[in-house]
Parts: sequence; C-alpha cells; structure tokens
Amino acid sequence: MNIVVCIKQVPDTKGGVKFNPDGTLDRAAMLAIMNPDDKAGLEAALRIKDETGAKVTVVTMGLPKADDMLREALAMGADEAVLITDRRLGGADTWATSSTIAAGLRNIDYDLIITGRQAIDGDTAQVGPQIAEHLGLPVISYAENIKVEGDSVVVQRQYEDRYHEIKAKMPCLITALSELNEPRYMTPGGIFDAFDKEVTVWGRDDLKDLDDANIGLAGSPTKIAKASDKVRKGAGEKVALDPKESVEYIVGKLKEKHVI
Amino acid sequence: MSLEEYKGVAIFAQQVDNKLSSIAFELIGKAHELAADLGTDVTAVVLGSGIGSLADELGEYGADKVVVIDNPVLETYRTEPYAQALAAYINEYKPEIMLVGATAIGRDLGPTVSARVATGLTADCTSLEIGDFPLVAREGQEQKHGQLLMTRPAFGGNTIATIACPDNRPQMATVRPGVMQKLEKVAGRKAEVINYNPEIVENNKFVEILNVVKNISNTVDIMDAKILVSGGRGVGTPENFKLLDDLAEVLGGTVSCSRAVVDAGWKPKDLQVGQTGKTVRPNVYFAIGISGAIQHTAGMEESDIIIAINKDETAPIFDVADYGIVGDLNKILPALTEALKAELANK
Repeated sequence: MNIVVCIKQVPDTKGGVKFNPDGTLDRAAMLAIMNPDDKAGLEAALRIKDETGAKVTVVTMGLPKADDMLREALAMGADEAVLITDRRLGGADTWATSSTIAAGLRNIDYDLIITGRQAIDGDTAQVGPQIAEHLGLPVISYAENIKVEGDSVVVQRQYEDRYHEIKAKMPCLITALSELNEPRYMTPGGIFDAFDKEVTVWGRDDLKDLDDANIGLAGSPTKIAKASDKVRKGAGEKVALDPKESVEYIVGKLKEKHVI
Repeated sequence: MSLEEYKGVAIFAQQVDNKLSSIAFELIGKAHELAADLGTDVTAVVLGSGIGSLADELGEYGADKVVVIDNPVLETYRTEPYAQALAAYINEYKPEIMLVGATAIGRDLGPTVSARVATGLTADCTSLEIGDFPLVAREGQEQKHGQLLMTRPAFGGNTIATIACPDNRPQMATVRPGVMQKLEKVAGRKAEVINYNPEIVENNKFVEILNVVKNISNTVDIMDAKILVSGGRGVGTPENFKLLDDLAEVLGGTVSCSRAVVDAGWKPKDLQVGQTGKTVRPNVYFAIGISGAIQHTAGMEESDIIIAINKDETAPIFDVADYGIVGDLNKILPALTEALKAELANK
C-alpha cells in the first residue's frame, strides 16, 4: 500500500507570535515548522505503516529550505520525500497550489493521500479538498480517526456537533485534524539516516498535465487587493462601577454589539 | 467564460436534520447589502431531502428567490452529491457571487465546488463589500468596478488580507459564522420558489456513511464556541465556577479557563486557552478573574469582543479588553446572569 502525505513548512504561530515594536508581525523571529495538522496526517500514515508495512512518501511544495522539514519527516519514519520547487510556482493561491500538487501526485503511485486540514499561515483548509477534486478522488475532510479495512478506509469525520463514520474506497484523500494523534519524535537513528537519503526535487517541467494558466501568481483566480499585518488593538474602555452599574454597563454593551 | 452572463448574489442555505443553520440567515443578511450595491437580487439555494418547507423560512429572512434541490441522495451531507448539486446550480443559474458558510460542511463543499467550476474561493471571510479592483487605479491595468472584495484574517489572525476574484465567476467566499447580521424575520414575506432537479450521478467519489453520532461528548470544543466565559485563578475555588457555568448557560456559551486553573486541577486541559492550550476566537470572550499574562492573551486576543472582570485594576488583561470592569466577580456575575435572563425572556 502506498500512502502520500502532503506537508507544508509554515512559520510557527503557536509557539508565541512575535511582534515588531510597531505592532506588525516579526516573521524573521519565528521558527519554520512542519504544519501541525500535516504532522498529525504524517503520524496517521506512519501508524498505518507500523501495522501494514505501507510505504509513506511525503510531498511538499515550497522554497528549497523546506528540505529541512522533509528530512524531519524522513527521520520520523517516512520512506521517501519529494520537494516541488520552482520560482514559476510562487504566489499561488489555493487553486494554483492544488493544481500544481495534483500534477506532482500524478507522478507517484498512491492508494491513500493524507493532507492536513489547514495550514496555520493561510488557514484556508482548501488545498486538500481541491487536490482531491483535481485528481477525481473522494475526499473526507476533518478526520479524527483513520482505519484501513481491506481496499477501503473508515474515517471519523468531525462536524460541529457530531461525527460521521465514513467508509470510502481507495484511492481517496483524507484531511487530518491535529487532534487526530500525538505525533512521534524523530529517532536518533532516523535523524542519522534522514541526512543520507535523497530528497527528490521536481521543478515545473517535471509536472505533467499542468497548464501554465493554472500555476503561480498569474494562474491564481484570487488576487490580493490589500494585505497588512493586523496592528494589535489597544486597550478599550475600563470602568470601575458598583456591581449594579457594572451589570447595566455589560448588558448595554452586549445589546449595542447585537450579542443579545 | 463571459463574466457578464453571471448575475445575482446566491447563498448556500445550509441545513442539518432539515433545520436551517443560523449561517444561512446571516448570509442572506450580508447578501442583501451586496445585492443592493449591485442592483440585483438574493437567491438562497437549499439542498436536502423533504425540505420544501424551508423555502418559506428563507423567504421570511429576506431571500428574494429560493432554489430548492430536493433529492433523497441529499438527505445527509456528503461531499460528492452536494458538490454535484451546487455545481449544477452554478452552471445553470450563473450567479456572480456565491457565498457559503465557513462551517465544517461549507469548508469542504466550498473548495470542492470552486475547483469543479474553476473559480477562486476565499476562505473564512469576516467582511465583504463591493468595490473596485485594484483598489486604486493603476496605469496599464484595467480597474474593474463592482467587484466582491473579501476580507479575511490569516496567520492565526495576525494578518488581514482583502482579496478579489476579478477574472472568474462566480466570486466565491466562505464566511465565518456569527459575524454577519441576519435581517429581522418578516412573517409572511414570500420568496419566489424554484424547484430545480439536476441529475446527481453516483460515481467513485460517493462515500458510505456507516454511522452518525451526535454530541460526541458533553463538552463543546472551546475553539468552536461563539461565547466563552473563561475563568482564572481569581475565581477562587473550583466550586465557584458555578457562577461562570450559570452565565455561560444563559448566553448559550461555554466555559473555558486559564492555565493556572488547569494546573490547580480545577478544570481539564481541553478547556485551557492560551499558548500551551487552545487559540480561540469567539464573538465574545469573558475573562473572569484572569490576570492576562501574555501566554494567555496570545490565545484569545483575536476574540471579537473581550469583556474582562478583575478586582485588580492593574491586571494586564485590561490592556487587551474592549470593556474592562474593575470589580468583584462574586457580586457582578450572579447579578449579570439574572439581568441577562430577564433581558432574554423579553425577546
């Protein structure tokens, strides 16, 4: 069985977001990490590998420095790693990103594709389902439990107030939630081996069935009109009132803001 | 594609168990503003099985037209049959704008459908308006008018971007629940109802639902809660969280807490907000007896409205609170709960 896990290198926003003195985001001060939902997806794949001996390939699209993250994935236990990198692919929105990654996946044998639900930088949750759409595969989003049963997977698919237990025939694509599991650490032997392994690097020209009209900034239907670091809001009002007045004050604000 | 063929503002009216989700009405409310700016009308598209009666409700909340796609295969949400139905609607009726809720359904359906009809999709928008793209005219580039400008937070809420989809139709967005205002319900207001029956073909992408399990646990995920009543060490004792439970109940909210409370063993870890807990962005965050260390505020400062109650007027929580009340939570909370009960009973 062949499992492909799509992973992304992202700036770490959870370990403490850093700000410049003017309140804008200090990107340089933040670490680059494997996106948490993707790491949970990789762990889910490695658990299937532990049970069944499946082969696990990790794929990323990004800058050459994403090599670090791919080696981390190899050190955790992935068998192969692919880096899709090319300046012509830069500035892609989710349509162009998913078109590009789907083209890369056509070069690989897969029974099961796992992506993270969403990346902590873009927060879109769109690339996984869109890859499935480009490849003509069933998609199961928001997975919290994945079991392989013969030629099918059985997945717990989360909604706000319930879950569905869903069975899908492979090949299919699953998007994983970070709540799925606790990812394993790299092993010392794994780290050692990871630096001897070859990372396959593909550029634009290695990707087949991919129209230039669907890649990079120019191939992105959505365009950024304006972007800014959100300046953190300052303190609001502070009042010291007796309890009765305090209650009136809070109820007044909740009404004013249409909360009640 | 000829962009001029696409007209009107459409919304996906999500229903679950044949009950319309609140987001459906919120989207109609926003769609009305957009349609007014464009001089067009609002269509609600509802998918399901045995859902004819929902059209009346959508009309009462302001939809001008309701397109009903009623088919047994749409009874319970599954990506593929829903995507086929919504894509068929888009191809047949050609709306210029298609809004979908950023719910666990919408964030699966939206990307699938947008890829299928080959258009852009902007995720989890918190503001939508009609304007020009580019915002300012530039030499050598056509400035298009009447475009949907979609604003959304990214980077865990630390950056904000406004996005347009100038060359593809429909312009699609998923919209964060709880942000847009519904219109007042007008009893008897009628929408034009259109029954549409596109063919839905079973293919390799159909999955099988083995089981539907509701309310997996009694605890709502605090990341999904729209109102959080969060307590810190200042609450004093685990028993005193009753005051927070009561307030949360009357507002339909959920109780969460700071790390100190988890460390003291008063509350489980899954209710913890902050750097080592969860990052939350509810509509309203009550910080009760929470001092507001940076490790805590990192996990909640993107909440829409922050109301802090603390007896220490120098507590750093007041630096991020929209409304800070210096006072005794033991006196304020019970009175607040009673006042809100009375207020809501009058509605």
